[in-house]
Amino acid sequence: MTITTTDVDPWHPGSGSPLLKVRDLSVDFRTEDGHVCAVDQVSLEARAGELLAVVGESGCGKSVMAMALSGLLPRNATVTGSVQLAGQELVGASKAELQRVRGSRIAYVFQEPMTSLNPVFTVGRQVAEVLRVHEGMDRRHALDRAAELLDLVGIANPRERLRQYPHQLSGGLRQRVMIAMAVAGNPEVLVADEPTTALDVTVQAGILDVLRDLRDRLGAAVVLITHDLGVVADIADRVLVMYAGRVVERGEIHELFARPRHHYTVGLLGAVPTARIDEDERRLREIPGLVPVLESPEDRCTFAERCPAADETCRTRQPPLERAPQSSHQVACWHPAGTGGKETA
Amino acid sequence: MTAEATTTAVCEVVDLVKHFGPVHAVDGLSLRVDPGEVLALVGESGSGKSTVGRLIVRLIDPTSGTVRIGGVDVGSMSRRALRPHRRTVSIVFQDPASSLDPRMRVGDIVAEPLRLHGVPRSDRSARVREVLEQVGMRAGVAERYPHELSGGQRQRVSIARALVSRPRLLVADEPTSALDVSVQASVLNLLTDLQRDLGFACLFITHDLAAVEYLADRVVVMYLGRVAEVGTRELIFEHPRHPYTQALLSAAPVPDPSRQRKRTRVVLSGELPSQIDPPSGCRFHTRCPLAEDRCRTEVPALREMSHGSVACHLVADDGTGPDVRDLPDPTQPSRLVERRR
Repeated sequence: MTITTTDVDPWHPGSGSPLLKVRDLSVDFRTEDGHVCAVDQVSLEARAGELLAVVGESGCGKSVMAMALSGLLPRNATVTGSVQLAGQELVGASKAELQRVRGSRIAYVFQEPMTSLNPVFTVGRQVAEVLRVHEGMDRRHALDRAAELLDLVGIANPRERLRQYPHQLSGGLRQRVMIAMAVAGNPEVLVADEPTTALDVTVQAGILDVLRDLRDRLGAAVVLITHDLGVVADIADRVLVMYAGRVVERGEIHELFARPRHHYTVGLLGAVPTARIDEDERRLREIPGLVPVLESPEDRCTFAERCPAADETCRTRQPPLERAPQSSHQVACWHPAGTGGKETA
Repeated sequence: MTAEATTTAVCEVVDLVKHFGPVHAVDGLSLRVDPGEVLALVGESGSGKSTVGRLIVRLIDPTSGTVRIGGVDVGSMSRRALRPHRRTVSIVFQDPASSLDPRMRVGDIVAEPLRLHGVPRSDRSARVREVLEQVGMRAGVAERYPHELSGGQRQRVSIARALVSRPRLLVADEPTSALDVSVQASVLNLLTDLQRDLGFACLFITHDLAAVEYLADRVVVMYLGRVAEVGTRELIFEHPRHPYTQALLSAAPVPDPSRQRKRTRVVLSGELPSQIDPPSGCRFHTRCPLAEDRCRTEVPALREMSHGSVACHLVADDGTGPDVRDLPDPTQPSRLVERRR
């Protein structure tokens, strides 16, 4: 994949070369029932001070892709391709190297803050542990810094919170603690995998503010994995749409939402309920069928069987991810949608 | 509630209370579902909305209060006396994977309510076939087991089971929350079609405001076991009166970046207080950026006004009042509100 004009982000024109550069990343799982090709040749970049959203439905490979970035997948996974973090290659790196990178250069926040925190230790001990391991701080300094971090992620009375156990905190607070732990080592890249999915909207709004803040104030590259197009519309600078392990479309947020070119993206945007205008329009767009599970990469468009525009070409040749006609973003489709553009209202 | 409303409502709930030990899940809630309408019950987790659904279906017994189904008080009825009324109210749950018996075939799952109501076997299969067709499934699916179906198909089976006894009220408790958007769309379309064609009333319990705006006729907003506001869909979405409704709506992002980034958003401080020791006065006062002394001590009554009712001291009888989205600078008044843009 060559870097095209789409890689220059008009909203952050000053940003330099990407911190995270992923090229042709593929993940293959060996299971009892045979192979599963979960991620197929994904390429992406994330820059400092930029939020990249990776969107797709369950089974599209977005979480597996995120875990593959720093070797978090189980042993039955084979990862190929390249993941460069500010020049350092992570695919094939040793366990010790990866351990040094995780937490200090790339950190994760997961969906379930209930299960990601250890219930038998205080919050303070868990946040401090990250600092002691990664920053080599002593106990006192680690606790001081932990209080600063809780403050950074918008937790009131941080000193008091440090003495509490996870079960004493609400879901939103736990997620803030997880984010505090993730940024404790000053990572350049923060990967947030469905960080607000388990939370109420009023709480979600606060967590999204924290992510925005980390991007703007710490200049982190944030990779946000989500299925929620409302969240993407709210916070993303650039978007990458995944389907069945592949990137089917990517581009700048406003452009992609205003003029989606891949029929899957069009379908996703049309499926989200909005206010009905009159009784005749009381229908949401449905995408018939299911996401396929592939044993190996196939030389075809894997969305073809669910696509209204598919023809013989789509069923026999894989479309390359390239710049769409009359548009500044990239799409992998032989027959891109909407030359006239899609309404955004 | 007027006497007229009492006679026509499919379901009417008055002063409903449900305590689970020390937990005040529902604390004096009244609402009415009219024939053929879609009434959305919205609120965050812990608001008590699912408990209301379970009380209306009488899966659980109320601590006090009245639940009238078609004018008959079923709240205190014995299980036996309740049976005939079970046909008129059905429920669909969030997770079809755990609400369908994995050892039963789809046909038997859907027929079970009929069996329990004593419908003879010969009449059951024709009805099962009919209702499966209504939910858009082929007759052959009756022989399959739930694990052979996708999540969306399973939810269709749950809906078929709920509708097989031709209920007058369908309680749908987060029916699409466990589904992907594209599947969610087909289930929402299906519910809309069925509701329009069959004419049942629907109590749609959800936290998904986009789905509410899409299909509800009226909306009840719950906060900590009580009703904060009731109104027509237009009123709730265009002119919400309760500060909580205003904050809730402002927090739900719309999937359109240009519009979303121009919206005023209110971030409420903190989270839902404990249901064990709910706040005095107005339950929302601990998070309300507009709260006054009165709000901390006096419980606001749910007052009826044009197009809806609201329980807030700050709203005048003609429905006018402040909007938390119009507050001047965010950080200032109380650090309770943070605003962007």
